[in-house]
Amino acid sequence: MTAPRAASWAFHEEDSHRIRSVLVDFLRDASARTALLVDRAGQMLVTVGETPTFDPTAFASLTAADFSANDQLAKLLGEPEFGALFHQGEKESLYLADIARRVILVVLFDNRTTLGLVKLRMRSAVSELTTIFTAMFARDAGTTSHVDAGFVDAAEDELDKLFGA
Amino acid sequence: MSLINYASREINCKIVYYGPGLGGKTSNLEYVYEKVAPSSKGKLISLATETERTLFFDFLPVDLGTIRGFRTRFHLYTVPGQVYYNASRKLILKGVDGVVFVADSQINRMEANLEAMQNLYDNMSQHGYDLTHLPFVIQYNKRDLPNAAPISELDSALNPGWPVEDSDRQKLTPDPYRPGAFLVSEIDGAWVERVPTFEGVAVRGDGVFDTLKAVSKLVLKTLG
Repeated sequence: MTAPRAASWAFHEEDSHRIRSVLVDFLRDASARTALLVDRAGQMLVTVGETPTFDPTAFASLTAADFSANDQLAKLLGEPEFGALFHQGEKESLYLADIARRVILVVLFDNRTTLGLVKLRMRSAVSELTTIFTAMFARDAGTTSHVDAGFVDAAEDELDKLFGA
Repeated sequence: MSLINYASREINCKIVYYGPGLGGKTSNLEYVYEKVAPSSKGKLISLATETERTLFFDFLPVDLGTIRGFRTRFHLYTVPGQVYYNASRKLILKGVDGVVFVADSQINRMEANLEAMQNLYDNMSQHGYDLTHLPFVIQYNKRDLPNAAPISELDSALNPGWPVEDSDRQKLTPDPYRPGAFLVSEIDGAWVERVPTFEGVAVRGDGVFDTLKAVSKLVLKTLG
């Protein structure tokens, strides 16, 4: 197979700064522990707040699957989507919300706050993040990010080392 | 769609193993998990039924290390092969960068292979992806079984090739993985392209790394 289609999207440092500042304010106002942003393909974008003790890569893939499965459930019910999901635990709970149909905001909180407060504060955070991501996707539409020259060769060498030449 | 995260200096690519039920998709991931150094792999997650059939997906992150300042990972997923799990199967293809089709070589599974291949094309196109323009390889698994079909039969059923319309690419292109074979060739006056194929016995690891390495290299080329 030759010349496969180049397809990638980039998450830049300046985008990260703006997004982090929204999430820092939200965590403080909601007294929640950690906020994570995961893309719909299951990749972790940003983690803010207390460092999670779980495996973030596994967490991101499960979150995306969880959200996608619920999206399909919503469609079966005739709903365009479930914009948010809540998972209640004994000590820790999760609240998940859609951002611009491409990203999922996951908030981890415990009994230092309440679901009501988290939901209330999340509304404005979701709205601000939706604006940021929508502008970001519009800006990057049609452009494809590429890595530096030399990356592909170096990565291929690592693949040979890992799986045998 | 691979993600280049300049903020956390990470690159993640998603590879999906597709194919008929009991074809060996999970076995591929289990072998990779077993053999790759602990520092290069994450947790193997299996959302399976109590009889160990894949219900939603298996997931294994493989870490290539830091390359030119970017921590580079491949996220390997399998889909459930059974026909009635199509809704789950389709979800897993979201954002895919490369596909491995694990075919069951047994003659009596030919119909299941064809059905799964058709389903892959359909689900990809419903996501708006064109399989003929994405990194894609096929593994003919279970080559050790006595009722395994000849490779030529599997090729003509599952890898007949698609027309090459771009004149720049209408040139004889050798298959780097099969000496004497070609990925792009002229057949009866028409140029066709096939995908790389690998013979495998996934339960004992034969062909597993070759397959993964080939699709990973195709995915890396899309980043350059």
